[in-house]
Amino acid sequence: MAEVTVGKSSKGLNIVKFRELGLLGFILLISIAVQMRNQSFLTLENIDDMITNTAILSVLAIGMMLVIVTRGIDLSLGSTLALAGMTTALTVKSNPGMNPLAAILLGTVVGIVCGAIIGLIIAKTNVPPIIATLGMMNVFRGLTFMISGGKWVSAHQMPTSFKAIATGSVLGINTLIFIAIIIYIVAYYFINHTRTGRQIYAVGSNPDSAKISGINNEKILFLVYTIMGALTGLAGVLWVSKFASAQGDTAMGYEINVIAACVLGGVNIAGGSGKISGIILGSLLLGILNNALPLINVSPFWQNAIQGCVILVAVIVNALVKRSVDRNNLMRRKI
Amino acid sequence: MNARNIVAKKEFNWKSFFLQWEWLLVCIFILINVINTSLSPYYLDPKRLLDATMTFLDKAFIVFPMVFILILGDIDISVSSTVALSAVVMAVSYNSGVPMEIAMVICLLVGTICGLINGLLIVKFKELSAVIVTLSTMIIYRGIAYIILEDQASGKFPAWYKFLGWGYVGGVPFILIAFAIFAAIFGLLLHKTTFGRRAYAMGNNITASRFSGIQVDKIKVIIFTLAGTMSAVTALFLTSRMGSTRPNVASGYELDVIAMAVLGGISTSGGKGRMLGAIISVFLIGLLRYGLGLKNIPAQVLLIIIGLLLIFAVMIPNLKFNIGKTRKAQ
Repeated sequence: MAEVTVGKSSKGLNIVKFRELGLLGFILLISIAVQMRNQSFLTLENIDDMITNTAILSVLAIGMMLVIVTRGIDLSLGSTLALAGMTTALTVKSNPGMNPLAAILLGTVVGIVCGAIIGLIIAKTNVPPIIATLGMMNVFRGLTFMISGGKWVSAHQMPTSFKAIATGSVLGINTLIFIAIIIYIVAYYFINHTRTGRQIYAVGSNPDSAKISGINNEKILFLVYTIMGALTGLAGVLWVSKFASAQGDTAMGYEINVIAACVLGGVNIAGGSGKISGIILGSLLLGILNNALPLINVSPFWQNAIQGCVILVAVIVNALVKRSVDRNNLMRRKI
Repeated sequence: MNARNIVAKKEFNWKSFFLQWEWLLVCIFILINVINTSLSPYYLDPKRLLDATMTFLDKAFIVFPMVFILILGDIDISVSSTVALSAVVMAVSYNSGVPMEIAMVICLLVGTICGLINGLLIVKFKELSAVIVTLSTMIIYRGIAYIILEDQASGKFPAWYKFLGWGYVGGVPFILIAFAIFAAIFGLLLHKTTFGRRAYAMGNNITASRFSGIQVDKIKVIIFTLAGTMSAVTALFLTSRMGSTRPNVASGYELDVIAMAVLGGISTSGGKGRMLGAIISVFLIGLLRYGLGLKNIPAQVLLIIIGLLLIFAVMIPNLKFNIGKTRKAQ
């Protein structure tokens, strides 16, 4: 790493720009290719469908980005999502008259509690994030099975008002998309224009100097995992409402998709960098892949491998581009 | 942070000898056995205990290379997919007429190649962390397994193949003997050879290691390749025990394996830990599962217990370290 850092500061912006343009170009390329094979891809209806399906992923990607920016990772996401979703589903099952907003709030609170526990462990005891979230992943998954007694909450046990959360619309936009947009606007403001938001990046790029500059690292870490928990809890409610079923193994392994969306969006897994615009594109690319592959008659059994290859190629191309930009900068320096 | 605390000369000290992580593990191990024995009268039966090892030792073969990988400061989460892919390729090639012996060699080869690809990618693209590379190969390997077998199961192996997972040699399960042999090999490799010393050196400071003439890339590739090979060994034993294989086999093994290694005192930040600890923790988690299973405690409670155990295992030495630090400061 040490040899490539020279000259990074001067051209750093261009790499980021290039990466996002590249990603956008790739998305356009895929869209055009799929559109040529199947005319129903770029219809308003399908696009709406696709974005609705991507909304939950993109909301989770914000939380994951913040976690990764602080050099952490959250593997417990799928379990937290299931626990929040299951708690909410069980509550609306026994109180069918519950206000949907209250249900959303309940799920979010469950998520916040889960996230706060993880945040406490990581911030206060120096347990590496991968271990803490791996452990809590087991704990939350176990709790989900325990509170549900291993049973599902299925569509007919949920009141219509609850299921309407995901199908309804606000101002003519699907609620899921609407919520995602609001969260993105808030997150954009929080990350780029508040002191705490900038401190998250400071902690991620250099924890030692952040501490010396008077940033409370523990507080920031705690905050980041709590935000992650809140977003996951919210996503849990939306997930259960959208699929109209809550199961013990809801969203098992979903953390991989979310991490993949972040990585595709150019969030550096070593911490310190990552942009909102990047993860929008990253989640969109995954969403398009999920939507487009069935449309061009790719067997569902091929989709995993294709998705994996796209992620691998994306990160490798990213690395190669960064390398050549760095080399150019170095040469310019010598002259 | 840890690098600063390296002591130049190590004196034998009774206090630090007993403060070693392995002793704590042994204590937990004994405690678990005592609890299990008091919970169920059937627990402390040598025959049953030996048989119980069959159920949890299959994934333990991956723990050995995982210890090396964690000591390097890396991580490999693609191992479970490698298990699935090599098992699927073996089953499919046997069922298309390849003799079983050759199918088993193919299985090992596939695993080795998977590991080699991981290693080469990580070495060639140093900007990418091992998490990302193995995350994508994890999706790809399992994806290929799905392409090959779709949602089918494949099996009908010859009768003698069952021996791997179910056979006994002189009353001891064959898998336990295999485990002991591999444990000896990997233990010696880590602690008694230059290869092992170099792995520790790389985990502590990879730049310094490179400048002291260690071929860091070569060692990294070898270790990741070993992880692939041992995943294939797990595939052999697992398939033998199950009798058939599916593309979704062994999912979640990577987390179990990492949990075993970390509980065994291997630091995820690299350079620390010993093989003995990992071996103890394999049995610790395995027997915990077995004992609570005897008591009909649901698998979900087990999940919770193992999760908490993992976190506390890593938390306790950190707390100890913090206390020591504040005392020194005073």
